Amino acid sequence: MCGIAGLIHRGKSSKVGHELQGMLQALKHRGEDSTGYALYGDTDGKNFIMRFKVGENVGEGSTSVAEDISVYDERKKIVDSYLLEMGAKIVKEERTLPYSLRYEIEYDKKDLLEFSQKIESIPGVEILSMGKSLEVIKDLGNAKMVCDRYNLDKLIGTHAIGHARMATESGVDIKSAHPFWGYPFSDVSVVHNGQLTNYWNNRRALENKGMRFMSECDSELIAVYLAEKMRDGASLEEGMKESLTGLDGVFTYFVATKDSLGMAKDTMAAKPLVLYESDDLVAMGSEEIAIRSILPQEIDTYDPFDGEVKVWQI
Amino acid sequence: MANLKNVTKKTKAQAMGMHTEVLTGRTQQKFFNPDEAENFYYFGTYDVDFNKRTDLDVKDMTAADANKKIDNLMSQGYGTIVIKNPQGKHSLGVGILNKLNLIFEGSLGYFGIGSCDGPIVRINGRVGWSCAENLMAGKVVIEKNAGSCFGAAIRGGDLICKGSVGARTGIDMKGGTIIIGGDAGAFTGFMMQRGRIIILGDVGINLGDSMYDGTIFVGGEIGSYGSDAVDAELTKNDQDWLKRKLKVAEIGENFDVSKMKKIVAGKKLWNYDNLEPTEKKGAI
Repeated sequence: MCGIAGLIHRGKSSKVGHELQGMLQALKHRGEDSTGYALYGDTDGKNFIMRFKVGENVGEGSTSVAEDISVYDERKKIVDSYLLEMGAKIVKEERTLPYSLRYEIEYDKKDLLEFSQKIESIPGVEILSMGKSLEVIKDLGNAKMVCDRYNLDKLIGTHAIGHARMATESGVDIKSAHPFWGYPFSDVSVVHNGQLTNYWNNRRALENKGMRFMSECDSELIAVYLAEKMRDGASLEEGMKESLTGLDGVFTYFVATKDSLGMAKDTMAAKPLVLYESDDLVAMGSEEIAIRSILPQEIDTYDPFDGEVKVWQI
Repeated sequence: MANLKNVTKKTKAQAMGMHTEVLTGRTQQKFFNPDEAENFYYFGTYDVDFNKRTDLDVKDMTAADANKKIDNLMSQGYGTIVIKNPQGKHSLGVGILNKLNLIFEGSLGYFGIGSCDGPIVRINGRVGWSCAENLMAGKVVIEKNAGSCFGAAIRGGDLICKGSVGARTGIDMKGGTIIIGGDAGAFTGFMMQRGRIIILGDVGINLGDSMYDGTIFVGGEIGSYGSDAVDAELTKNDQDWLKRKLKVAEIGENFDVSKMKKIVAGKKLWNYDNLEPTEKKGAI
């Protein structure tokens, strides 16, 4: 089933980690195999923030195979050496969990494709996000468990999207959890609720064009699909509109960039979405109770119609 | 196997085993015989006084507890119950088989007012997906917007949304009336079998797709017609009925009903079993 939630503050920052945690926790009955956050924090915009994993969480119902922590350490060493080789300087390093790391790095090249390919050529290593504002944090368990584990409660930022997952078509693991980074584009992330029925056709076509897939989760296709459109010069909104015919199935998805948040709903309107919009805040989720977790007072909300695409700026 | 060459077109479908159910009129005899007054009442319903009123704050209750409390209040004779702080909770006000004035001061989540028979409900807020599913009788008024599958499979009663609604409004409905003050999404009236839908605003694609029977009235623009949904003449009787209904529904009383479009089933699918294979293709 899965639940998605997103919010964007316009003209101000807020504790988006805390707010999104509340929204996703309200949706935990829609799935708590894994929960993921894409948080757009307030930064000086100078350095890249790279969230990556060197292994999987093997507890909490995971379908992954356990590995020794020394394997994680060895992978981390190779990542560090590759960064040095590519001229990227690690400014700050955090290892929240044995398998999950956060680096702030100085890297002056704009094209992240070569960079990402090099890092991900290390078996078992996956970049969860790369950007100057975006941080993707995802792990097994419900929203509160993941929030507590990664200390997301105090993160200040402008916007965020998140996902509470009930694993259906792929494994219970971090690599299949949402959000998906819009590889190789800086600060692009996607969450999705639904099923895509032309996944393999699209995947084969995109792989032939050199795009990368890390999982067999159909939702990853949306991130890759949009990334490919943007690579060809389309704006985010144009790519989203094209996706309504390019992607087959039933879906509602959110996509976020450094300064915007968008939503798209398929032409059959088969997946739910409730939306609240005011001058300074847009909040949306699979159910109204997600919005009520941050706006308990009586508010006006509505369901976007079939085939609707909307994009908001911070 | 039956000799299909020697049977008439009318009975061919039966001979092919497509019709196995024999309708005997039991429904009318058992449940709608006015001489059997006891059949109009459900076991366990309550004799309530509409002038006996109380408030119920459900902020810290689960939906199940709130619904049990409503039932308990009815058992004490309360005929008017005001629900405070529903805060988008799911499945509130369900399974009420009783006369009751039920007022929600706020919005409901999914499956609100499901499987009810008899209450008059006013929701001073919005409702999520599948509001008033399977409504048998009564009146439900929503002051703001509604989600998808609004009034799915209702058999009777009046279901009124003063705002806009999502997709598949009135899907599989078998009676009653649904009135929308704003716009409606895709697949409105999908597979409806009876009853009426009135939309004062615009409606999305595939209106009345695969409808078997019933009538849809649209005041605004239509995105597209669904399979076997066709235009019909808006008669004087239709206009009189629309005026009366909109007035009673407290919605669009001054709306110019003469310009509304009337959509009904082309009934090609309705007679689907009797069609030859080549005709079936034309019907789809």
